[in-house]
Amino acid sequence: MTEQNIADLEKEKRKIKSVAKMKEIMTTYYIEAKTAAESGKKVAWITSGGPVEFLIAMDVIPVYPENHGAMIGASKMGVDLCEKAEEMGYSRDLCSYARADIAAAPINGGPIGGLPRPDFLVCCNNICGTVLKWYEVMARYFDVPLFILDTPFIHKEFSPAAKKYVIDQTYEYIAFLEAQTGKKMDYDRMHEVSRLAVEGLRLWQAVLDTAAHKPAPMTAFDAFFHLALIVTLRGTQTTVDYYRQLLAEMEQRIKDGIAMVPNEKYRLLWDNLPVWYRTKWLSEKFASHDACLVGDTYTSAWSGVMDLIDPDNFIESGAVAYSSVYINVSLDKMFDTLAALIRKYDVDGLVMHSNRSCKPYSFGQYDLQKMVMERLGIPTLMIEADMVDARSFSESQIETRIDAFMEKLKT
Amino acid sequence: MQLLEKLCQIAENPYAYAEKIKGDARTPIIGYFCSYAPEEVICAAGAVPFRIFGTRGDISLADAHLQSYCCSLARGGLEDALTGRLSFLDGTVFPHTCDSIQRLSDIWRLNGGFSFHSDIVLPVKLDTPSARTYMTAVLRDFRDELAAALKVPLTDDDLTSAVRTVNQIRKHLGDLYAAHSKTPGILSAKALHQVIKAAMVMDRKEAAADLAALLESLGLDNPPTVADSGRKRVILSGGICNHPDLYSLMEVAGADVVWDDLCTGTRYVEGLVGETGDPIAAIAERYMERMVCPAKHSDNTARGRNLVELARTHQAGGVIFLFLKFCDPHAFDYPYLKQFLDEAGIPSMVLEIEERLPPEGQMKTRIESFVEMI
Ligand code: SF4
Ligand code: SF4
Ligand code: SF4
Repeated sequence: MTEQNIADLEKEKRKIKSVAKMKEIMTTYYIEAKTAAESGKKVAWITSGGPVEFLIAMDVIPVYPENHGAMIGASKMGVDLCEKAEEMGYSRDLCSYARADIAAAPINGGPIGGLPRPDFLVCCNNICGTVLKWYEVMARYFDVPLFILDTPFIHKEFSPAAKKYVIDQTYEYIAFLEAQTGKKMDYDRMHEVSRLAVEGLRLWQAVLDTAAHKPAPMTAFDAFFHLALIVTLRGTQTTVDYYRQLLAEMEQRIKDGIAMVPNEKYRLLWDNLPVWYRTKWLSEKFASHDACLVGDTYTSAWSGVMDLIDPDNFIESGAVAYSSVYINVSLDKMFDTLAALIRKYDVDGLVMHSNRSCKPYSFGQYDLQKMVMERLGIPTLMIEADMVDARSFSESQIETRIDAFMEKLKT
Repeated sequence: MQLLEKLCQIAENPYAYAEKIKGDARTPIIGYFCSYAPEEVICAAGAVPFRIFGTRGDISLADAHLQSYCCSLARGGLEDALTGRLSFLDGTVFPHTCDSIQRLSDIWRLNGGFSFHSDIVLPVKLDTPSARTYMTAVLRDFRDELAAALKVPLTDDDLTSAVRTVNQIRKHLGDLYAAHSKTPGILSAKALHQVIKAAMVMDRKEAAADLAALLESLGLDNPPTVADSGRKRVILSGGICNHPDLYSLMEVAGADVVWDDLCTGTRYVEGLVGETGDPIAAIAERYMERMVCPAKHSDNTARGRNLVELARTHQAGGVIFLFLKFCDPHAFDYPYLKQFLDEAGIPSMVLEIEERLPPEGQMKTRIESFVEMI
């Protein structure tokens, strides 16, 4: 065999085989969503942190504008759509998921020719205040009802009043869905969906945990890709089956000693959303330094609160769990999670993406960075970019910073 | 007009005023950033609610905590906290509004070094009964927290009396606004802006008394009838304005700011708190009923309709949007507000402000050509 052949074989060996299945599931899902009108199903747009389980139980097809934003970013269509949004009057300083999606709606833009028209909208503000404004825009544009699940931010603790408020709203949510679909909630089905949701979350967490192994069978970049199901189809058997398959593959890779990054020497943790249009470049860049991004704060945000969920009392426990997600809590609490991840994955450094688009995730990063360096003695690297809008990505600057950071780690 | 001068001076230099009242009697002073801060409760605790407007200085210390893509209100406020310019504060209260303020609160608590810090995690939805119940509960918790921190009883009577005082301020300011809209020039728009700003930082009893005296001195019962000056009338819309010079620029360009939709303007004045019954519930009620802020949710087109209505009521020929750069809630509402104005045939323009106003020449040209057009 020639050297080239060997290199190709090596590369082939490293590829995650389940990817094909994942793509198939997502394609089927989007076709179903786009043909919902013909099959007589309702479509709801929902935020990534929102309780999708209720929609699944009511047979409503959930659609995620944020996932759409990520697809737009990954297919490098972000700049064009962001510019269109700016022409519509939306400031360049707004979240690029929102800008790209708002601009895509009237022209069916983006890689899948636009999202299917919603029958109603469900917005949970446990991730940010941006989604509230974004969904208001959409509610006016499509002239459809908007349900807001308001999850009070947790600076210190979740007060009894806040708990009552989110539980009350969960019942209002059910009533809203019943009104929109014209049918009653089937609580047995809801219970089954809750069980599947929790199982999916556990499996997803188990998949992420495999990267604690040295060398890691997968990287954060793989996690970004495989995340879509836990966001989009949480509470379905499909998701449970898929993550079971993925987990088995990861465990097999560990057994076979297959690492995602050859010669993994440095283990890093990623903070904030991915830079969707540059995942490949970044992963190759780090790999060229024998560095592997083994974990991240973003993809575990969904499973991070699963222990708070009691499938037998999903309505009440879920409300509290969804209010407690990673970015709906104070910086001190975020630090605790960050520190736990740093320990779990036993990383040598932290890479923080200061993401112009996502203010709730990015403001406070400087303080977190300081805490990580001072309290944990872990070196950190700050990269300034944007998850979708490539105009905010300076390759030469970022390359220099990564190189300098890696040189420091190596000495 | 000694009184007017006094108020303008306080607005010019609020920190000097704060230090003075602090020095006299060690009066507790509680800082806040937003018009959802329940100042009635703060007054009832015997403290002075002090609005923070950003900074006059350069931003340097805050750079270590907040990225450059954060609004100048949050960055500037933090700068003044870190440099010690706000050291007269006994504490700060952060009502939940936007993502930036929410994170600023954490950073402030971890780095500000003030003894009292409170997050009032208000609901974001303001149009449901459960949100109302929650709003009331959160305000009640704040009352207890503040009473404990300042070691005061904070009785219902204290609250009712504070509500009366703040209501008086609102009524007086409302009267000033109405008189100014009717007869611009009775008080310049700049002076009006300064007066309202002073009211947001002063000892509220002193402010109420000063405003009453000011109104009387203006003789508004018998307003002078002024002939139609031929000057243009405009409305300002946005969040916070901390730039008195803007009003002068407008004046020079031949336009009077006859009304506004600003949090450092009529939004502060809008709606009175009920003076009977449970005072906390009454304070909550005002927040639920007042025109929604873009960081909150209620009727999804209310702000648009309201702006058109304001322009008509005050016979304004145009609207100037005044936004702080990087302010998400306002930036998200802008296209739809503009659309409402367009449909009503009301011209508008945007002024986006970073830390300072853009160079005067540039601003002047833009304002002048807008004023000419309307
Ligand atoms: S602001 Fe952040 S959390 Fe909110 S939609 Fe944008 S990326 Fe997501
Ligand atoms: S616009 Fe909203 S968040 Fe801003 S100061 Fe006014 S009330 Fe507060
Ligand atoms: S509402 Fe706007 S101006 Fe006020 S703190 Fe938030 S981002 Fe800044």
